[in-house]
Amino acid sequence: MSDKTKNIDQILSFCKEAAFDLQFTEAAKCKAAEENRVLIGYMPIYFPRELVHAMNGLAVGIMGSGDRKQIVKGDAYYQSYICHMPRGLIEMALDGHFDEMDGFLFPSICDVIRNLSGMFQILGKGKFAKYLDYPQDFNRETGGVFYRNELKIIIDHITKINGVKLDKDRLNESIKLQNLNRRMLNEIYDIRQQFPWRLSAVELYHLQRAGIVIPVEQHNNMLHDVLDYIREDVGTPMDKIKVVVSGSFCEQPPIGLIRSIEQAGCYIVDDDFLIGSRWIEGQIDDQSDDPLTALANAYVDMSTFSSSVYDVNNHKGIRLAALAKKRKADGIIFAAPSFCDPALLDRPILQKDCEERDIRYISIKFSENTGQFKVIKEQVGAFSDSIKLWDEPVTV
Amino acid sequence: MAQEVTKEKSMLLQKKMIGGLFDELAHVKESGKKVVYTFVPGNLSELIRAFDMLPVYPEINALQSGMKKRSGGFIKEAEKLGHSEDVCTYVKCDVGMFLNGNKGPADTQIPPPDLLLLSYTGCFTFMKWFETLDRIYPGVEVAMLHTPYQEDGKITPEMRAYMVKQLKEEVIPKMEKVSGKKFDEAKLKENLQHSADAEDYLVQIFESAKHKPSPIDGYFAGVYYIGPVNIGFRGTPEATEYYKQLLIEIKERIRLGKGPVTPEGEMKKERFRLVVEGPPNWTNFREFWKMFYDLGVVIVASSYTKVGGVFDLGFRHNPEKPLESLSDYCMTVYTNHNLPQRIDLLSKYIKEYQADGFLVNSIKSCNSFSAGQLMMMRTLEERLEVPVGFIESDLVDPRYFSFSNIKNRLDSFFQMLEQRKIILNQKTPVA
Ligand code: SF4
Ligand code: SF4
Repeated sequence: MSDKTKNIDQILSFCKEAAFDLQFTEAAKCKAAEENRVLIGYMPIYFPRELVHAMNGLAVGIMGSGDRKQIVKGDAYYQSYICHMPRGLIEMALDGHFDEMDGFLFPSICDVIRNLSGMFQILGKGKFAKYLDYPQDFNRETGGVFYRNELKIIIDHITKINGVKLDKDRLNESIKLQNLNRRMLNEIYDIRQQFPWRLSAVELYHLQRAGIVIPVEQHNNMLHDVLDYIREDVGTPMDKIKVVVSGSFCEQPPIGLIRSIEQAGCYIVDDDFLIGSRWIEGQIDDQSDDPLTALANAYVDMSTFSSSVYDVNNHKGIRLAALAKKRKADGIIFAAPSFCDPALLDRPILQKDCEERDIRYISIKFSENTGQFKVIKEQVGAFSDSIKLWDEPVTV
Repeated sequence: MAQEVTKEKSMLLQKKMIGGLFDELAHVKESGKKVVYTFVPGNLSELIRAFDMLPVYPEINALQSGMKKRSGGFIKEAEKLGHSEDVCTYVKCDVGMFLNGNKGPADTQIPPPDLLLLSYTGCFTFMKWFETLDRIYPGVEVAMLHTPYQEDGKITPEMRAYMVKQLKEEVIPKMEKVSGKKFDEAKLKENLQHSADAEDYLVQIFESAKHKPSPIDGYFAGVYYIGPVNIGFRGTPEATEYYKQLLIEIKERIRLGKGPVTPEGEMKKERFRLVVEGPPNWTNFREFWKMFYDLGVVIVASSYTKVGGVFDLGFRHNPEKPLESLSDYCMTVYTNHNLPQRIDLLSKYIKEYQADGFLVNSIKSCNSFSAGQLMMMRTLEERLEVPVGFIESDLVDPRYFSFSNIKNRLDSFFQMLEQRKIILNQKTPVA
């Protein structure tokens, strides 16, 4: 085994651990390393982590308990017809998993997350629990100004905790680091589009998810090494179709599901599993005299499409179809959590957009703690076979 | 209790108003009036009226389809088209109604929209719903008004400024474009004054339930009382007239010591007073109500009747500050309250209306209401030591209304209330 391969193995096994470490050990270490460092937990989908970074903090992505924790108390907080993720989050909160966190952010995605912010307030978790209302107006002077103010509220919360004031240069520096992070992640996706066997979708998932619970500098080093590795001709191609997976932006699919899709004959060449890490499509100005405004403008000008974003002036179905085309995907797998309003309400719209463009698709539902994948595997297998049989073979 | 119910004057007034609206909607081709589709919570009724346009509320169509037992079929049709069984049934009912020719509850034609006014408050599904309508009616003008959530339990100047700017730069220009009329601030102010007058009456109407016995049912009858303000008559003199008349009738009931009017006549003896959280079921509305009034249970206050405005907390439309006031209105409706605020409001109701118990009707397909209700229940139980009950149903999907389940749960809850009453009476010292 070459040194490079050894290094990659180490990185990936670190990420596999960190990604699902429900004790957030790495984040806790980071907090302990410096006085006045804060940990701010944020729920899906997106939060500009650079803001917390610039204020001597670490923004920690909280993506649910997945299939790693048995839910005992959480079920007493939610009716059976509400998705699984919040019950895992409540369970974790009650069991002390978040005790190192100083504050919590609940970006606006849906009513469940919104109401969960109130539940955290009632439970008295953290020094603050803020619902972060993203604007649905995409004009800089309207939505942008409003969003900037939302960010200022977060800044005030952090300053109250650690006394750190936001500094223009530090924020520019943090933006630069996060720009680099996004750029490298996108490059990994670009390489995988052509050579998906060089890094499996599960490995990529671990790599990406670990990135939201560790400092950006540390993650950037890992991404750099992974890129260096997959730029070379490693791995062996297999006869699989290429798919884009859409609809899993909040409650995360279990690893078993991602693996099953790949085992059933598909290469996942794009997805929205952890889309928050690539939310801004482009580089945010890192030389600005007003970097806070630069962050706000980036959101209104350069956000990706998502079920949480009002799309009447910019239809997400068209953007999804364009993504599938860009990735030269053979089809789309709509994979949404059960009872996920935003994803499921969008489904008929997106499916229709696919039909109008002759894009093949299938739809599945999952729960973060689903343990059985036989049916899904059969369904995906049949999908992949039908494409292989009836369409041109996948060329790489 | 089965007796002939004589319709009171207010009921006739309401019937006339609503019938008139649907009639006007059916004849827009002739009248040339423009049609605005919009939602109940945080609706901009006064502004729509200022442009002389007519409102259509897809939620109201859905609930009325539920009451007319049509929603089940509509929902199935939408599901056949790929709409998930897991999501809000109002949306599916609306899609199904469209597929069936958009015949409204009064069997009259609901015209297509000239403007989709997405002033959504307190529920994400509204946004998704309008994205769906945007595809159903391609090319129709869409105006979006994003209402910030009261995440910290207050309205900040920045939230208000954001809304006013959207009204000025997005909503009003689109209304001008669609209606072909210039914005007339004086007309808006006049409408806002009518609203404030109606809201004064409405508060007195709901607060009448503080009397013992309560002269009204603040939930099952309450949903009729909020009809005019919620379906586009806010801002009209007719609405003020309706509420004025209704209040006269209620005052008379108080004077005579009478209980609420039910579909089977007057409720004779008030046994228990409840506060209810969550919308009612519409497909079996009468049956549902009967489970309460048959046993002398009156709902003295409910959160659902505040989705069109929590006027009892003091908000009034203000002609002096028209756009600010419209903004504040949107931000103060019940569904835009955060969870701690919702608990505080319910707690206030339980105390001020001297309720014997608190009941949640959890709606399967409404995350906006349902997510967090179990915690609300638990918090209220701990805070006030009030008996709490829990039932589940759906708004308009008849598959989720289980008569026996609900009845069993209610019976046990009422027994619990009875026991508690006995114990409390034993504890009360006799002078
Ligand atoms: S999974 Fe869907 S419904 Fe559940 S919290 Fe996330 S976005 Fe909301
Ligand atoms: S989810 Fe609830 S509040 Fe939202 S539209 Fe549906 S019924 Fe109304």
